[in-house]
Amino acid sequence: MKDIIITPFSSKKLLDLSEIWRYRELLYIFTWRDIKVRYKQTILGILWVIFQPIVTMAIFTFFFGNLAKISSGGLPYALFSLCGLVYWNFFSGALSHASDSMLTNESIIKKVYIPKIIIPLSSVITGFIDYLINFFLLIFFALSLGYIPQVSGLIIFPLGIILTMISAFGLGLFLSSFNVKYRDVRYILPFFIQILLFITPVIYPLSIVSERNRLIMALNPMTTVVELTRFVFSVNYKIYPHLIIISLLSSLVILMFGLWYFRKTEQFFADVV
Amino acid sequence: MSKPIIEINNLSKKYKIGIKQPYFSLRDTVMGFVANPITPFKKKKINKEGLAEDEFWALKEVSLKIMPGESIGIIGFNGAGKTTLLKLISQITPPTLGEIILRGSVASLLEVGTGFHPELSGRENIYLNGAILGMTRSEINKKFIEIVNFAEIEKFLDTPVKRYSSGMYMRLAFAVASHLDSDILLIDEVLAVGDTVFQKKCLGKIEDITGKGRTILFVTHNLQAISRYCQKVALLDKGNLVKFASVGKVVNDYLDYRQKTATKRTWAKLSSSPGDNVVRLREVSLWEDLRPAKDSVDIRSTLRIDINYQVLTSGESLVPSIQLTNQQGIIVFSSNHSVEEWNWKKREKGTYLSSVYIPGNFLSDGNYILRVVIASYSPARKHISQRDVITFCVVDSSEGDTARGGYIGRIDGVVRPLLKWNTKLT
Repeated sequence: MKDIIITPFSSKKLLDLSEIWRYRELLYIFTWRDIKVRYKQTILGILWVIFQPIVTMAIFTFFFGNLAKISSGGLPYALFSLCGLVYWNFFSGALSHASDSMLTNESIIKKVYIPKIIIPLSSVITGFIDYLINFFLLIFFALSLGYIPQVSGLIIFPLGIILTMISAFGLGLFLSSFNVKYRDVRYILPFFIQILLFITPVIYPLSIVSERNRLIMALNPMTTVVELTRFVFSVNYKIYPHLIIISLLSSLVILMFGLWYFRKTEQFFADVV
Repeated sequence: MSKPIIEINNLSKKYKIGIKQPYFSLRDTVMGFVANPITPFKKKKINKEGLAEDEFWALKEVSLKIMPGESIGIIGFNGAGKTTLLKLISQITPPTLGEIILRGSVASLLEVGTGFHPELSGRENIYLNGAILGMTRSEINKKFIEIVNFAEIEKFLDTPVKRYSSGMYMRLAFAVASHLDSDILLIDEVLAVGDTVFQKKCLGKIEDITGKGRTILFVTHNLQAISRYCQKVALLDKGNLVKFASVGKVVNDYLDYRQKTATKRTWAKLSSSPGDNVVRLREVSLWEDLRPAKDSVDIRSTLRIDINYQVLTSGESLVPSIQLTNQQGIIVFSSNHSVEEWNWKKREKGTYLSSVYIPGNFLSDGNYILRVVIASYSPARKHISQRDVITFCVVDSSEGDTARGGYIGRIDGVVRPLLKWNTKLT
């Protein structure tokens, strides 16, 4: 075994993949714990995961589709909003769990050494498991309406997953360490996530936004994820290829920033929490 | 000769005073910035010890070399830096200065049951806790039966641990932790909990581990356990390593050390004595039957503790209180001067003497540590809260007229009152 040298100056890389790999079982067990505990605590258990987007979809369809008559780019509004909701729930669930993760696992951080990055990472993976269930719901729902996913889905679905995970992880890393330092952040967070919902085209299509605002909205990677998903179900759905590039770059910047901030602050978590 | 398995060079760790609120609220920070935008950029004043005003050294320039297979005890008063040392070795928190070289894998038992989840079953928690402590799934599988047998929870394996009794919980937690296979094991007073049968079992397990040639660092207040399981002892005081030598030498030193600062403590300089701008502590002393007490006092004697303090600001009503802790770290009692005329009376400036009497035939034998607090009630505020003010040892002379009577074995219990008994044939 190699000697371990502990000094005040950790020369750690931004992301130590080999360390995460060594602790992969812990990553697995944290994810498993979160899923298990969640389904044990809710009465509906796993049904809750499907119940939530279906009910939200029904409400959105009624108010925004039927009453407000918001355009849905040629798709039925229900399918249109479900595309958005499935990814939005993935993103917001992963983000809010990741942001709280350092505080909910406080006792562990204080008492044993583990690569702390595993904790928010497992929150994001937990969100992914929920998403998988919702994804099948989406496909099932689309097929029942007669919308067959195009071949482009083979690229777009994985791309959507990666973009969502990268952004939720990056932002979650930042917020989780910010949360450790400033304890009132956790109260602002639900509000912040709610606002994010409205600047993501979940209830409206990007095409109704002005061209300049579209560029700004593309900085939010979820914009591209949601819009591309709709495109899979209808070739006629209007998408903007140059905005995809912006979203991709933006998600990478978010990830880098999150990693950097987390690395900078994580050493001292045990002193603070 | 082989290299040391743990090499610690000039290790220091700085902490902020005010453990209560080490984090901030964003609101206060933002408001603070608006009110006074220059403060965050001001350079903090650093004194000659390299500390800003609100910092202290939890550990200062500690160097140690520990050879493979040694079991080392770490002793010292509360706040001496024992736990900090273990936290640094286990990489939970980084040092401020210095370095540690580890030539083997480390497992730390700073608290048993780390990460236990109440909703999960015993079986699930074994895997969860094992993984957190660094065991792989296959390692846990291999030791699963052993762990379950040691914890004696076969019947409850699939019950959520929130339904466990505290004894079962502790047994399970210790069982997982003690089956760790690391080269170095750090243990922080895990044995202070559980019933005596279980404690014996834990100590037995530790004896097993030490027998297997693993390196152990063991923080405890239990000198008996130290002398039994450790070859060498490190004595820490206020972050400094005072002594590192064989058990006999250090344990005696520790006792002497306690006694040096023992039954009387005076603060010569007013400005550096414990307290604030309202009141400061001047002297605390222990008296045995009207004479200044020696290091050890007779269990039968009435003890008096004199607290001298100086009130610097008039107009506050002050309540002095004491708290006595025994060598196991258990608070035996707390008492405050809450009756009589002084209670709500506003104090004038001046020097005061408060005395408190502890009856004879009340405390158990052993070492005690005194804490002195002086507070005002409305608004509630602690002006002085000083731990380890004086220490003393109560001795039961076994002359037959104490609660012990003619019995010579071990007597359990936090206190040892001489109670009135009656027996008659009915």
